Amino acid sequence: MSAVRASALLTAKGVSKRFGGVDALSNVDFTINQGEIYGLIGPNGAGKTSLFNVLTGIYTADGGEFVFDGLTLNGLKPNDVAARGIARTFQNIRLFANLSALENVMIGRHVRTHANVFGAILRNARTRVEEKEIEKRAHELLEYVGVSTHANTLAKHLAYGDQRRLEIARALATDPKLLALDEPAAGMNDTETASLKELFHNIRRDGTTILLIEHDMKLVMSVCDRVLVLDYGKKIAEGSAANVQKDPAVIAAYLGGEVELDLTGAP
Amino acid sequence: MWRFLDRKKYPRAAWVGIVLIGIALVALPFALSGIGTAWVRITNLAILYVLLALGLNIVVGFAGLLDLGYIAFFAVGAYTYALLASPHFGLDLPFWMILPIGAAVACLFGVLLGAPTLKLRGDYLAIVTLGFGEIIRIFLNNLSQPVNLTNGPQGITLIEPFRVGSFSFAARETIAGLDVTGPVKYYYLLVLVVIVIIAINLRLQNSRIGRAWEAIREDEVAARAMGINTRNMKLLAFAMGASFGGVSGGIFSAMQGFISPESFGLIESIMVLSMVVLGGMGNVFGVILGALLLSFVPEVLRYTVAPAQEALFGRMLIEPEVIRMLLFGLALVVMMLYRPAGILPSALRKRELETR
Repeated sequence: MSAVRASALLTAKGVSKRFGGVDALSNVDFTINQGEIYGLIGPNGAGKTSLFNVLTGIYTADGGEFVFDGLTLNGLKPNDVAARGIARTFQNIRLFANLSALENVMIGRHVRTHANVFGAILRNARTRVEEKEIEKRAHELLEYVGVSTHANTLAKHLAYGDQRRLEIARALATDPKLLALDEPAAGMNDTETASLKELFHNIRRDGTTILLIEHDMKLVMSVCDRVLVLDYGKKIAEGSAANVQKDPAVIAAYLGGEVELDLTGAP
Repeated sequence: MWRFLDRKKYPRAAWVGIVLIGIALVALPFALSGIGTAWVRITNLAILYVLLALGLNIVVGFAGLLDLGYIAFFAVGAYTYALLASPHFGLDLPFWMILPIGAAVACLFGVLLGAPTLKLRGDYLAIVTLGFGEIIRIFLNNLSQPVNLTNGPQGITLIEPFRVGSFSFAARETIAGLDVTGPVKYYYLLVLVVIVIIAINLRLQNSRIGRAWEAIREDEVAARAMGINTRNMKLLAFAMGASFGGVSGGIFSAMQGFISPESFGLIESIMVLSMVVLGGMGNVFGVILGALLLSFVPEVLRYTVAPAQEALFGRMLIEPEVIRMLLFGLALVVMMLYRPAGILPSALRKRELETR
């Protein structure tokens, strides 16, 4: 990654979150640079999704802060965070199930478009132009992630892998600077995962930084520039994929857990 | 069913359809006058219910917020009109000034109800809105002291009808050889208003705003994560729905000439909600059909149940009022069992009730 200048896009400073007596996140620090694909791994219950939820404003941090693009995200609501340029997908897919694939992506454009009630009712020239642009962009994004043949299919009737891709398209529709993906490859076979990897590279090439939670170690190790490892809400390692998988603390965390993995990244 | 009105696919059939519907709408009051002026009044009330149902459809059908106190906004609109155009305060403002004021006041009340209930959903929201509806009615009933604001349970009388110059909507006159009564004039006004409100509904549905409401209805967490300001969008739904209620209330006031808190009870809220649900939540034409059915069928029963019993048994066995509600309830139960998405379900509801 020598071509990319290492300027910080997102910095976590001592982020903590408690649920009752459980420290879901304690004092987590890390920095994601512009143009990176940054991996977030850890055994089940390590706090990965909690971190996502604090980052995107669904939970409020008990301590610390996220600084995104030079400004703090503290106190922002999820919709403000999305407006700032962070879009996410969900571990347990949360599409608008009864809407078509196209409509799902069109809703993603909401935050970057402006038509208000009066525009909607009067349907003036500006609104009509905007509507056309929304639809055009939505079609482009469906094409981009590879579900364009299913534009009019209801989200809930899409194949599982396509639902994951559609969620990515919907997130991209918000023009994010940082795309946060929560286990996008879960439930996918090898072929699907391989094409997902290609999609990540395309997204990065087109200027969006990626934060990736993933259990598929092969994918993480082959696609991520750097990796953060969480265990019991604490950061136990951070660095290049190659270095992290040699880290004794990481090996211990994984061997101690129930997840059995191949940390070599070999196919 | 409405596909024949698709102007792009069948341009000819659509125009013929629109013209025929137009002619029918123009001729209807005169045909009804033939049976009796009462039927023109009944039709006017039915159209008023269509207005209310369309307003509630924005809140319940589009945004998915269950509102059991909707009639409160109707009441607010009605009282705003009554107070500004009756001897009660000695005010007589023109209707084109009061209707927007009524809409604005109702809209304000919509936001007042919406703001504290933003975090509530489903049954919890239903209970709060139910309470709100009752509070408004009780206020109207009791605000005759210490300052006589609403005249309490006696209601407000001698409300001015709509007037443009010397043309009064209440007066009976002969225009071009036709006998035009007050209710007939109001009928045309109501048809105009209803067309405007249908257009607003349809346009809102197919817009950035409508999509945001759909998103909230489907999954609020995902909607927020996609950058939709759910707070503002929900308030907007409440405000829009409320202002439609306010306008309908104003027209009701002028048409009746008399209003009292009795007209704004819980049963009215439930009626309007039943219209929305029965017709097909979220589908504008379904909601219209639901409103027309639920307002006409009980009236038809009122006039047919007694004679039918006389003919069958030679005397009245059951009061028409009782049997009306019985049949009404039965119809609702059967509907919900066999067509849970309504008579004309919205595309969205139909999909939702399909196998998941």
